[in-house]
Amino acid sequence: MKIAVCIKQVPDSDKVTIDRETNRLNRTGVPSIINPFDENALEMALQLRDLYGGTVTVISMGPPQAEEALRTALAHGADEAVLLSDRKFGGADTWATSYTISLAIRKLGDFDAVFFGKQAIDGDTAQVGPGVANFLDMPVVTYAKSVVVEGDHFKVEKVTEDGFEIWEVAKPAAFTVVKEANELRMQSLRRKMAAKKAVITVWGFDDLGADVGLVGLSGSPTKVSKVFAPPVKTNKATITGTPAEMASELIKKLKERNVL
Amino acid sequence: MSKEIWVFAEQRDGVLAGVVKELLSKGRELSEKSGFELCAVVLSEDGGVFCDELYKFGAKKVYTLDNAKFSYYQNDYYSRSIADLIKKYVPEIVLYGATSIGRSLAPTIAAMLHVGLTADCTQLDFDVENGNLLQTRPAFGGNIMATIVSPNHRPQMATVRSNVFKKEPVDNPSGERIVCETNLDGIPERMRRVEVIKESDANTIDLNAAQYIVSGGRGLGAPENFKLVYDLAAELGAAVGASRATVDAGWISHHHQVGQTGKTVCPVVYIACGISGAIQHLAGMQSSDVIVAINKDPSAPIFDVADIGLIGDLHEVVPELIRQLAAAKG
Ligand SMILES: Cc1cc2nc3c(=O)[nH]c(=O)nc-3n(C[C@H](O)[C@H](O)[C@H](O)COP(=O)(O)OP(=O)(O)OC[C@H]3O[C@@H](n4cnc5c(N)ncnc54)[C@H](O)[C@@H]3O)c2cc1C
Ligand SMILES: Cc1cc2nc3c(=O)[nH]c(=O)nc-3n(C[C@H](O)[C@H](O)[C@H](O)COP(=O)(O)OP(=O)(O)OC[C@H]3O[C@@H](n4cnc5c(N)ncnc54)[C@H](O)[C@@H]3O)c2cc1C
Repeated sequence: MKIAVCIKQVPDSDKVTIDRETNRLNRTGVPSIINPFDENALEMALQLRDLYGGTVTVISMGPPQAEEALRTALAHGADEAVLLSDRKFGGADTWATSYTISLAIRKLGDFDAVFFGKQAIDGDTAQVGPGVANFLDMPVVTYAKSVVVEGDHFKVEKVTEDGFEIWEVAKPAAFTVVKEANELRMQSLRRKMAAKKAVITVWGFDDLGADVGLVGLSGSPTKVSKVFAPPVKTNKATITGTPAEMASELIKKLKERNVL
Repeated sequence: MSKEIWVFAEQRDGVLAGVVKELLSKGRELSEKSGFELCAVVLSEDGGVFCDELYKFGAKKVYTLDNAKFSYYQNDYYSRSIADLIKKYVPEIVLYGATSIGRSLAPTIAAMLHVGLTADCTQLDFDVENGNLLQTRPAFGGNIMATIVSPNHRPQMATVRSNVFKKEPVDNPSGERIVCETNLDGIPERMRRVEVIKESDANTIDLNAAQYIVSGGRGLGAPENFKLVYDLAAELGAAVGASRATVDAGWISHHHQVGQTGKTVCPVVYIACGISGAIQHLAGMQSSDVIVAINKDPSAPIFDVADIGLIGDLHEVVPELIRQLAAAKG
């Protein structure tokens, strides 16, 4: 099986702070990590490869330092890595991101499956997986918890709001993967050493034969017009005292706000 | 022909998703500002059964796409059919619920049509100067808000979070059904749903729609102390939530987990008992109307987002709360 996994490098949310002047993330000194959900996508791909043979290719679009995330993925067991990096890709919304990633996947050849995380923890849109699947003309199952091969199709367990669904999907197909699916395996020492030295393919705008009007800022229909802090709470109250006092004060305050 | 605002009328097993009524209610406000006509689009075996309810919340037109293959959401059939309909009528705005269906369907359609899609909005407004839909959404786990526009592409599309807008029926509902042709012959059957397994745990099903939620964290100290959370929840008619620390410890099933890797909830009152308020937990409950925190550590970050903070030992406060609530009922 030829499998691709799309991984995004994101700032570690545990360590990030917000600059309240500009409402941008303070990224300086904040370690970057593989988007946590993409670890689950990677593990699912590795398990399928271990069962059925084949290769796992990890793909990331981002600045040159996103190479680090790809090396980490190699250390966990991926076979090949491709970085899509070019100034022209900058400022992409989910449409342009999906389009660019899909060109790279096409260029890499015919895959049996393409995996994504459920969503990225910074952009939070969950739109890139279905977007790429559309450009590759593949069916997509979102929120996949398990994927197995049955003959010429996949059998997929999908998480929904009120339970699960089982789907049969023709090959090739795309999946976005939930946290509950698995836990990413440890890095092996051998892989870790190899990953340090591995050659990572880097493709830019010219390598993909992209249309300049469809990538980066110019290919993006959405524009961020304003970024601001979430509205601050007014009317905050702190209650202390004996347990009985606190309980009755809470009940009183909830009644004052007409929510009890 | 007047310009239109469309609401995707998501139905599951013949029942409209709650968010559809919220979107129509909000859509009326946008319709008044913009002068665009409010319409709904429903894909099902027979859309006739949904029309009255959609008129009741303000739809002036209901486009029905009727086909046995629309009995449940299948991404290929749904996305192709809606994209074709959008190409035919070119609405100005299309809104979807940010449900698991909406968040898979809408990005597929956006990719097909090369239009903008804003994810998981919590505010919508219309700029009469330039015709832009002002789409506001939380990003980075709710730590920043962004307003997004798609100035040069039509339609402007957004998925919108449930439980943010009120459901408000109109006084004199009236509307018109437009039966649309559907032709799925050219679409190969690449995917099919073979089984549906509903969760039996009533408390978890409630989380998304719950008016009240009581959540427990590691501060409970031991798995058996979740009883306190359940008892308080019973007193309030609330659903039960949990932090990931308690789920990982095996104190409660992951269906209860609230947060970035769990459920996103938006109840009227959210009571966090012994939860520190890690950024990943806040991501799932920050937009609740009133947040109550019970924690013995006054510096716990949960107090930053709490409307009402109780500084104390939950093992003392919660039983007292249960007692007083029960006593008040008589
Ligand atoms: C505050 C803010 C709000 C935004 N809101 C929107 C919006 O509403 N609509 C919109 O179209 N754009 C939006 N964007 C832009 C968007 O964040 C970027 O396009 C981003 O590159 C991809 O979106 P995401 O992070 O939401 O990824 P998601 O769609 O959530 O990612 C899903 C999966 O796709 C894969 N993936 C995503 N990005 C990459 C990548 N660069 N390389 C490899 N794999 C990847 C991963 O497997 C990931 O788990 C916003 C940006 C900001 C800063
Ligand atoms: C990628 C990623 C995703 C994550 N996703 C989620 C998620 O979806 N949801 C989630 O919840 N977490 C998530 N987490 C975990 C998160 O970072 C925290 O570890 C977790 O939320 C902590 O749970 P807690 O508040 O119950 O425990 P703790 O942080 O240990 O807090 C316990 C609190 O209880 C208080 N306390 C102790 N005893 C008492 C008492 N007797 N009375 C009153 N108060 C008391 C303490 O003061 C403390 O504030 C995620 C983490 C990562 C890295």
